[in-house]
Amino acid sequence: MTFRIAISTGSPAPIYRQITDQVRMAVATGKLKIGDQLPSVRALAEDLVLNPNTVARAYTDLTREGLIESRAGRGVFIARKRKVFTREEGRRRLEPLLDALIGEAMVMDFTREELREAFQKKLSQWKDGGTE
Amino acid sequence: MSDQPVIRTRGLTRYFGAKPAVYELELQVPPGCVFAFLGRNGSGKTTTIRMLLGLLQPTRGEGSLLGHDIRAIPPAERARIGYLTEEHQLYRWMTVRECGEFQSRFYPRWNEKIFRGVIGHFALKPGARVKELSRGERAGLCLALTLAPDPELLILDDPTLGLDPVARRSLVESMIYLTRRADRTIFFSSHQLADVERVADYIAVLDRSVLRASCSLETFRNSVQEIRLRFSAAPPALPEIPGLLQAFRSENDLRLICAHYNGSVEQKLRALSPASIEIAPISLEDALISYLGERGEKSFILSEAEAQP
Repeated sequence: MTFRIAISTGSPAPIYRQITDQVRMAVATGKLKIGDQLPSVRALAEDLVLNPNTVARAYTDLTREGLIESRAGRGVFIARKRKVFTREEGRRRLEPLLDALIGEAMVMDFTREELREAFQKKLSQWKDGGTE
Repeated sequence: MSDQPVIRTRGLTRYFGAKPAVYELELQVPPGCVFAFLGRNGSGKTTTIRMLLGLLQPTRGEGSLLGHDIRAIPPAERARIGYLTEEHQLYRWMTVRECGEFQSRFYPRWNEKIFRGVIGHFALKPGARVKELSRGERAGLCLALTLAPDPELLILDDPTLGLDPVARRSLVESMIYLTRRADRTIFFSSHQLADVERVADYIAVLDRSVLRASCSLETFRNSVQEIRLRFSAAPPALPEIPGLLQAFRSENDLRLICAHYNGSVEQKLRALSPASIEIAPISLEDALISYLGERGEKSFILSEAEAQP
């Protein structure tokens, strides 16, 4: 699966945060694997039409977390898969997703039982991953 | 490269009649950054830029560009400064190529590669006459003429005004291309906050002739936040909140846009015994609109240190 960062201006989230969030999410869901290469600061900045300092800021945060590492003369790579969100932060992010899912399902007239079944079924298809 | 500010003003003031257009402006633009100059129409941005370039005499106060007093910038130093205005002055009968040749004679450091690069980026034909060009194409030509002398300091007064989205994007890309050289500084005024978000390291905000903010874009965004208070009944009346810019009240909740939200403000809000307090970031546009709005208290974010809670 190819990974591509997409940013939007006018969002409450600053652009550097959009970049770090998307890389974190891609690592958590396995879209990015250990050893995968990320574009250089300059290349990503020109691709996304951003000030390179913004990209550098995002990469610095990700490096500090140990999620990426830059190897001299070779580029920036995914270093290691690790827990990307604290438990609390994870719950905070999960809440609106659950609300949206349940809300939409209710609009489509699914019963609680049907929804529970569908959720279970999907869950069993999903391979374990996401944490170390 | 020194870390002396590339642009510095002290008490820079200009009156038109009895009315100040720019009042006691204290500005410092560090070298090698992209600096956005923001504010509503008529807030004094263009007057400031014209004073910086020596096109308008200050009533009082002082300023320097690249270390030179703005009242007496030597001609050779002027060649290190590029300036692009909203009104593009070109000879209508010249071709794009001729414009370049004409302009190049005034600049010893003229770089034809840059000129051709920008022309190409805006898809301009060298043989096209100025009078046949669209507004976006003319802007591209002006940008090429401004960038080809390879200026160390680039001053752009509302460069994207009236440009279509494609031409605007090309202009922003050219600005980003310029940051390849770490010693190049860009100072630009704009109303296009999407562009500002993409390119700016720092912003300054003018409000009715007075400087209200001058800090990194990140500091500004961290300083203006939305606080959501939820109540079990109708929200109580608000006490005096320092830095309150706007307040929105609905049945069970209160949304406040605050500058400099900190522990002591939080205490005041907790005293209202809300069921919950939530802090949410807001978009740059919402932040700026609240910040410049008519209703709230006037706050100031004039240094990185001040912005810390």
